[in-house]
Amino acid sequence: MTSDNKNKAQTYWRANVKLMMILLTIWFIVSFVFGVLLVDQLNTIRLGGYKLGFWFAQQGSIYTFVILIFVYAKKMKALDKQYGLDDQ
Amino acid sequence: MDLKTVTYLIVGATFLLYIGIAIWSRASSTKDFYIAGGGVHPVANGMATAADWMSAASFISMAGLIAFMGYGGSVFLMGWTGGYVLLAMLLAPYLRKFGKFTVPEFIGERYYSNAARIVAVLCLIIISVTYVIGQMKGVGVAFSRFLEVSYGTGLMVGMLIVFIYAVLGGMKGITYTQIAQYCVLIFAYTIPAIFISLTLTGNPIPQLGLGDTMTGTNTYLLDKLDQVVTELGFAEYTTEKRLSTLNMFAYTMSLMIGTAGLPHVIIRFFTVPKVKDARSSAGWALVFIAILYTTAPAVAGMARLNLIETIEPNPGDHLVYDERPDWFKNWETTGLLKFEDKNNDGRIQMSADTTDNEMVKIDRDIMVLANPEIAQLPNWVIALVAAGGLAAALSTAAGLLLAISSAISHDLIKGVFIPDINEKAELLASRIAMAVAIGLAGYLGYNPPDFAAGTVALAFGLAASSLFPALMMGIFSKNINKQGAIAGMIAGITVTLLYVFQHKGIMFVQSTSFLGDMKANWFLGIEPNAFGFVGAIINFTVAAIVTRMTGKPPVEVQELVEYIRVPSGVSRAQDH
Repeated sequence: MTSDNKNKAQTYWRANVKLMMILLTIWFIVSFVFGVLLVDQLNTIRLGGYKLGFWFAQQGSIYTFVILIFVYAKKMKALDKQYGLDDQ
Repeated sequence: MDLKTVTYLIVGATFLLYIGIAIWSRASSTKDFYIAGGGVHPVANGMATAADWMSAASFISMAGLIAFMGYGGSVFLMGWTGGYVLLAMLLAPYLRKFGKFTVPEFIGERYYSNAARIVAVLCLIIISVTYVIGQMKGVGVAFSRFLEVSYGTGLMVGMLIVFIYAVLGGMKGITYTQIAQYCVLIFAYTIPAIFISLTLTGNPIPQLGLGDTMTGTNTYLLDKLDQVVTELGFAEYTTEKRLSTLNMFAYTMSLMIGTAGLPHVIIRFFTVPKVKDARSSAGWALVFIAILYTTAPAVAGMARLNLIETIEPNPGDHLVYDERPDWFKNWETTGLLKFEDKNNDGRIQMSADTTDNEMVKIDRDIMVLANPEIAQLPNWVIALVAAGGLAAALSTAAGLLLAISSAISHDLIKGVFIPDINEKAELLASRIAMAVAIGLAGYLGYNPPDFAAGTVALAFGLAASSLFPALMMGIFSKNINKQGAIAGMIAGITVTLLYVFQHKGIMFVQSTSFLGDMKANWFLGIEPNAFGFVGAIINFTVAAIVTRMTGKPPVEVQELVEYIRVPSGVSRAQDH
């Protein structure tokens, strides 16, 4: 790799890690914070027949996980293109 | 038509389908055999991954566990889905870029050491073999209950089917069969759930039905459920914790990182054409998994309610034993359901108090299988559930067997013992390894060792504490070296195994558990099945310390890490 390419690869990697950290924070909040640590507090709020904490633990966290992966895949595709690293 | 004939027809039709696919998708090269030629569409791969992942445990056991654990059962729901987020962001794209055939192969090259590769092969085999025993048991049970053949015969038929498409087609045959199996199993899981949700709440979508009101009343289903279980003396369904908040945290984390570290799941992402496909394919896999995993809590809650209302239709009005329904009798003959008339009144009393409780045994596993019968659904639905359970068990067994046979033929035979083996011979070796693995799995399924019951949970702890940290550090750190990785894997897996053994007995023989299975002795109150999280922390820590003492890895290895971090220039899985 030339040093120019190396720099490009490094900024690309940093952008990737930053995006990942943001998404993993959300991943942690919906499951471990809402579904486990703060479940009793959230359970005082209702979502139809569901207590909110219970809903996050058994439904909401899973829907969020799906969205997180597709957001990651989409943003990374754009990032690949921006850095000219997509495989066409 | 009676139930048995319908079941034979439906199960027989699905088996013919699997065999047809096997003949159509024969493997002609090692690349076909290990990674299906590397050209599987990401959506198709997502579907195959979902079937590969969802085992007899997901299909048969999970809803039953949640039904009796209530909110505490959420650890399985979050743990077994959240792992895919980790897989999509931390492992799958980079391992796809690396572009080889197996998980130990990556560990061997990243840590420039055959010793590391062999340690990884050993971890892989321990994890996959323990896991496959559970699948074989699932196949045997489903056959013996629904087709009324003996457990052994059921097992033989199941093995024969897997043998045909796995040995013939390898990953290619397995992938396309798994797609068909996904369709069968998701259909079989959701149809009864829709029926039951409609009956109880009038809402056809189970995910919404669970949060809806009971038909003809203003009472929410979950409130009703909380009420009836507390009247029987059990803890409230929607708030009952699994031991403690810390234990639930550790359990969920163990299952998540364990999921991301399971070799038979990881290798599925080697089959897609490009790095970006590996990312989106993980998303599709989770979509297909989520359909079942968000339905499961509804099945669980509704099954618990239906069961209680069958046994005690109104408070104080207990079911007369002689008037019990047919499904009750059928499951009694299997020994999975047991009644003991303790107060000799001829009626069934269920209670949280073990001295009064007359339902002395309700096996968790029967909840999903008996659910359609409890809800009085038509015979074809019950037959479909049998076919779905078999599809779930067979698809997972095939994926595991492929992981085992490729570790033996590719990592041990070609990688370590006979590096100059030609492709034709390697393909033959992988087929023989597959056949031997199937035979061994069948034998262990027929004569399950004492420790079989605890092993699926153990597999997650081991994957979490050994392979996941080694893979993640291999990608995210350029510094971790071979001594660090090997020491980390060995320390993580040893601590986890010792913790499990000291509380549950060496190889699960109860009498050898030197600390006893006592909560008082648990480290911070964490149960053995949840200990993989602690094992993983130990792995990371040991690897970092040992690396610090022994220096950086060679320059080519650091360049390899830079290479896998960049998505472009991917080869269609190199043939070396």
